[in-house]
Amino acid sequence: MAEVDIKTVENTTSALTSDSGADLAGGIRSTKGRSRARLIWHRLAHTPRFWVGAIAIVLIALWAILGPVFYPFSATERDPLNMGLGPTQLHWFGTNGIGQDLYAQTLVGLQKSLVIGLIAGPLGTLIAAVAGSVAGYMGGIVDKVIVWCINLLLVLPSFILLVILSPLFKGLSWVFLTIFLAAFSWMIMAQVIRSQTRSLRNQDFVKAARYMGVPMPQILGRHIIPNVASLLIIDATLGVVGAIMAETSLSYFGFGVRAPDVSLGTLLAEGTNAAVTRPWLFVFPAGVLVATLFAVSLVGDALRDAVDPTSGVNRD
Amino acid sequence: MVLYIFRRFVNYFILSAIATCLAYVVASIALDPAAKYYGRNPQPSESTITGILNGLGANPDVPVLLRLWDWVVNLVAHGSLGTTVGGTPVVQEIIARSGVSLRLLLIGSIIGAILGVVFGVWGAVKQYRASDQIVTYSSYLIFATPTFVVGVLLMIGATAMNGAVGKQLINFTGEYSAGLTGPWWILLGDRAVHLLLPTIALVLMGAASYSRYQRSVMLDVLASDYIRTARSKGRSRNSALVRHGVRVALIPMSTFFAYSFGTLISGSIMLEIVFSFHGMGEFALQSITQSDINGVAGTTLFLAVLVLFSSTLSEILYAALDPRVRN
Repeated sequence: MAEVDIKTVENTTSALTSDSGADLAGGIRSTKGRSRARLIWHRLAHTPRFWVGAIAIVLIALWAILGPVFYPFSATERDPLNMGLGPTQLHWFGTNGIGQDLYAQTLVGLQKSLVIGLIAGPLGTLIAAVAGSVAGYMGGIVDKVIVWCINLLLVLPSFILLVILSPLFKGLSWVFLTIFLAAFSWMIMAQVIRSQTRSLRNQDFVKAARYMGVPMPQILGRHIIPNVASLLIIDATLGVVGAIMAETSLSYFGFGVRAPDVSLGTLLAEGTNAAVTRPWLFVFPAGVLVATLFAVSLVGDALRDAVDPTSGVNRD
Repeated sequence: MVLYIFRRFVNYFILSAIATCLAYVVASIALDPAAKYYGRNPQPSESTITGILNGLGANPDVPVLLRLWDWVVNLVAHGSLGTTVGGTPVVQEIIARSGVSLRLLLIGSIIGAILGVVFGVWGAVKQYRASDQIVTYSSYLIFATPTFVVGVLLMIGATAMNGAVGKQLINFTGEYSAGLTGPWWILLGDRAVHLLLPTIALVLMGAASYSRYQRSVMLDVLASDYIRTARSKGRSRNSALVRHGVRVALIPMSTFFAYSFGTLISGSIMLEIVFSFHGMGEFALQSITQSDINGVAGTTLFLAVLVLFSSTLSEILYAALDPRVRN
């Protein structure tokens, strides 16, 4: 899903990078850099979508953390007097067939899905930044190997790859699932970073650093990565959407988070069997999931527009 | 141009072949088909188990690479992909199931792509109008909804509609109604009705992503000089848009089709399972849960071939649309 956004970014960022490259070459990096950050922030602050999304994310995160504290039922507790009931004043989202409270379960699932998404998304971006910049900067055989790996991983849909690999993390905790999710979500961004790095490495400021004997990790960390930082921030944000979506889909089909852990995906899987007779069991967790993903993608999209006003919805 | 496409094809072919082999190796490491037999009560004798595993090409005592070699030789020499844990040849399963998957995938992705392009162009032409905003925000919303959620919500909606009408207007479980007899058009109609909901879900998915990308590309094109030139030499607005605008805007889209095809494949696999179609998606998941290495390898090969064809097709489209590639 994130592919679309990244492709659009890829097509429209060459201007941006050469721009900031010129800033650096001019030796007035600090002031220009700050003004650029301020410019982006200024644009963001005037994008209603950004505020809608950001406020929604904060509220959803607070709700996931604090919600259970102010609610009398726990996720596993059974209420034998109210089994299979729709939403009531007592059980806000209703109860399932054995009397467990759906509101409490949804919050627990939301916590897990959020944590997985918030770790896996940025982790994938980190891999993309390292792989892409190393390949683009070093060139030669290293570049060939990394590009080859990227192409190979892109042949099969990553959902299928994760399903094939699922027996490997079957008995392990959700942390391994998170790592696997990140390990299969970096390829397209790495391609973008690679091509950006290839043009950056011929800029004078990078050449100067290289001839002065600055070691490669420092050149990448100080000169290359800061110049593609805006891309990385966007990718990390949209990566959260991709990771949560992949996690819930895998868990839904029984290949992701497994009992005793609960995520929105496992909750939706349980709710599907009764989706027609007791729709609330599916509709409430699904609504929470979609609201979360919608909020994060609004922010990601607003970020992209702020970084590059010639892309996305509100451009001229 | 033919040479260019041929080179790309060979490139994709090698990648798909390696990906399939890797999938076979990974499946052999991740899955343990022997466990099932050892867990049986009474336990079959050691030699029986070894015999079964040898028949499947899944004996853990034989090195994985040797098993892969056997599998490849078997495929090339006999066109066989081995047998499933249940004993049916994998090729037979694929032949029986692929039609179901391909029907859904082809119809869904073609309609989705057409609608996506139409909505994208429309959104770009009507930029900032209410209609553009509605299309854009609906595509955001569909983007933020996992495929299986779309599928189940459609099922809930169809059930509510059936309830409201008072009869089974939309059937959605399985690929056709079991035991239905009648002339061919009734059977065909029955299949079409069953295909309706998953196709809608797939079309929504495809249209949402295509329309956003197409809108973005189209806006670039609309701002370019040659559109103004076309207008100033006296072409009507519509003619300039279609002849000079859409055609150019479709060029980057042909690459995007190949990129997004993987997402569509995963989506259609999920939808098959949600709607209980006996297609390749169900086969893939069954193979994993039953620790069936041959099944997993067979499905991977099937998907790799699909990806191979779609990538080549998108290269051909690209060359057909963009004369610069041809030379």
